[in-house]
Amino acid sequence: MISAVGQKLIAVLATLLVASMVVFTVMEVLPGDPATVILGINARADTLAALRAELGLDRPVVERYGLWLWGMLQGDFGQSYTYSVPVAELIAERVVVSLPLALMALVLATVIGVAAGVGAAALAVRPGAAGLGDPLMVGLAQIGIAIPNFWFAMLLIMLFAVWLGWVPAGGFAGWDAGVGPALLSLLLPAISLALPQAAILTRITRSAVIEALSEDYIRTARARGLTRSQTLWRHALPNALIPIVTIMGLQFSFLVAGTIIIENVFYLPGIGRLIFQAIAQRDLIVVESLVMLLVAFVILVSFLVDLLYITLDPRLRVP
Amino acid sequence: MSVRRSHWAAGSLLGLALLAPGQLLAAGDTLTMGMVLEPPHLDPTAGAAAAIDEVVYANIFEGLTRIDERGVVAPALAASWTISDDGLVYSFALHEGVTFHDGTAMDSADVVFSLERAMAEDSTNAQKGLFEPIEAVSAPDALSVEITLKRPTSGFLFNLGWGDAVIVAPESADGNKANPVGTGPFKFVAWAKGDKVEIARNDDYWGEAVALTSATFKFIADPTSAMAALMAGDVDAFANVPAPESLAQFEADPRFEVVIGSTEGETILAMNNKQPPLDDVRVRQAIALALDRQAIVDGAMFGYGIPIGTHFAPHHPAYVDLTGLYATDVDKAKALLAEAGAEDLKLTLKLPPPSYARRGGEIIQAQLAEVGIEAEIIPVEWAQWLEQVFRGKDFDLTIVSHTEPMDIGIYGREDYYFQYGAPEFQALMADLAAATDEAAQFAILGQAQQMIADDSVNGFLFQLAKHGVWKAEVEGLWHNSPVQANDLTGVSWAQ
Repeated sequence: MISAVGQKLIAVLATLLVASMVVFTVMEVLPGDPATVILGINARADTLAALRAELGLDRPVVERYGLWLWGMLQGDFGQSYTYSVPVAELIAERVVVSLPLALMALVLATVIGVAAGVGAAALAVRPGAAGLGDPLMVGLAQIGIAIPNFWFAMLLIMLFAVWLGWVPAGGFAGWDAGVGPALLSLLLPAISLALPQAAILTRITRSAVIEALSEDYIRTARARGLTRSQTLWRHALPNALIPIVTIMGLQFSFLVAGTIIIENVFYLPGIGRLIFQAIAQRDLIVVESLVMLLVAFVILVSFLVDLLYITLDPRLRVP
Repeated sequence: MSVRRSHWAAGSLLGLALLAPGQLLAAGDTLTMGMVLEPPHLDPTAGAAAAIDEVVYANIFEGLTRIDERGVVAPALAASWTISDDGLVYSFALHEGVTFHDGTAMDSADVVFSLERAMAEDSTNAQKGLFEPIEAVSAPDALSVEITLKRPTSGFLFNLGWGDAVIVAPESADGNKANPVGTGPFKFVAWAKGDKVEIARNDDYWGEAVALTSATFKFIADPTSAMAALMAGDVDAFANVPAPESLAQFEADPRFEVVIGSTEGETILAMNNKQPPLDDVRVRQAIALALDRQAIVDGAMFGYGIPIGTHFAPHHPAYVDLTGLYATDVDKAKALLAEAGAEDLKLTLKLPPPSYARRGGEIIQAQLAEVGIEAEIIPVEWAQWLEQVFRGKDFDLTIVSHTEPMDIGIYGREDYYFQYGAPEFQALMADLAAATDEAAQFAILGQAQQMIADDSVNGFLFQLAKHGVWKAEVEGLWHNSPVQANDLTGVSWAQ
């Protein structure tokens, strides 16, 4: 057991190290000098050199990589080139927007996706009456997958912000303004992010539940006198959860990536927008640190999913 | 404002009831202004980003002089000045009783500090060249400053009005990026990075107090979101709407005022003058003849923008209209290309992100195809453009808007990215710097405009327009943009 955990830990550290090398190399190869981006086209050569020295860009590549890695190990992510504030501070300001947004979207996607998927499955296997319910759900899910989330976001803004005036068109109220306004400003972005994910979850849940419903133990349960909905919720769904949780784990990473677009549409000051701006401004150290953070995050999520499997499936519990 | 809001939110009674209380506040004393780009920091003396000046210029920071809405030099921290007869010594008299926002007094020592800091060896001033003519700065007493120049420089007072030349205090200069401390009528309050900058009226301001008690700059990069934010009332004004295609909709809406103004942005199809066959003036002229400027303005800018025939702002009194010099003529262009032996020409066209470049580039590609030039479009980001085109000079053609005021001097720099720098032009620029009376300056500027047009250094396309949209009750915002600024000092709400 200990050695298994140890192996896992070594694998995680190796992944992080390789990721750091890839990220650093890619940002180095990318054309664009941060000092030129900051000082613009009229800057003189001596001014550019002065700024490069100030930012430490005149040092050799290997030395800068080493310093960056060493700093991160000590929890110091360095200083942003453009904003001139510690990277950790920048990230901390943004995480409080992006993380609740991603969580909210995940909850919405799960509630909608699982409910719709189970509903569609129940309708699909109902004996005799081949109603319109299941094809309708499947059709809606297909549309949900096909619609680009930024376009759906614009539709939501037009309806709820411009026409009805219920919510602001974008921006973040800030947690200082209270939990209500803050969550309200995340509502439309969360819905836009959740829609495609909910559609995917609907389809996965539907097919997983239909498959489970054809198992022998379902017939046994029905024979023991359980109602149709009791078998569905007590026996079919729990057994269908493994593929659903796998997809949810993957989706959480996608949600974090999706925030880059959605945060731009709703001009939310989150991690996604920070990455976008930092790449355009060649704020290399911010990009590098953010990518590392996201890599660590994805690893953490997949680890949590592994743990969930064990909770969900007793057979995976090694004595 | 609340009356109007209820009028157009009437589509839903529920909508009205659910309006956040903040949106119903009378807008009489505060203004929310939308901006496309967020400033990287707030120190105008340490960066080239236009967004820095768009927040701080004239609002938070002031220089000895300033540039007003007409593009004319006006006094700011300097109440008055005299210039010696040889044009070498400028003596400024400073206003009395000026304090920085942290309460410290502003006097001649701060001016000396600010200018010497910009000129210093380790200076990171993006426009260090503005200070290059300065020989020495001294402070005879607390309220006078004397600047000695190395040579007469006709645009010197204008140069001191740039955001890069504002006066800062030694006590606070290092912190200005995050917490700007200036002398202006507004002081910095807070910056929620990625979201907004808030400023508030400075009640200890030395000059006339401003009408607004506070203002917010909100950063919205996406053009569609920017439009929605205006429509929803989240922002009161966009000094420059990023999507000209949406202007018609605002023009039809009585709640908004649409103001098309001018900028200092000469938009050009820049050519690499040292790169064969573009080193042949006939090839460059053929390219100019292939261009249909009005079609580019109509197609790329939805009709907003004034065609230009040289690198000069049409609203400037010294402007010479040379748009007729290369009126579209496909046959003549083909003949010139044949004469130069440059048929079946293949050129690269590197396009930075702004829509004037990306949209304009496609139209120009089609126009060049008419005369037999195949232009390969290569989209680049700004950072790549700076590296490859501007520094590396690795391009044939590119489209860019030169937004610095009075920047025809760049044609005298041989190492500038389009690599012109004809000695005759350099001689003209030297004459210009030495000319002290306006008539002589204008005559030289006219010659300079004619010379670069005759040599067809670049394809001169159009003057970038400023598309302002704001609520009809907002008064006093700049219609034109002679410098990149959102000067809020004269802004108020109509009663």
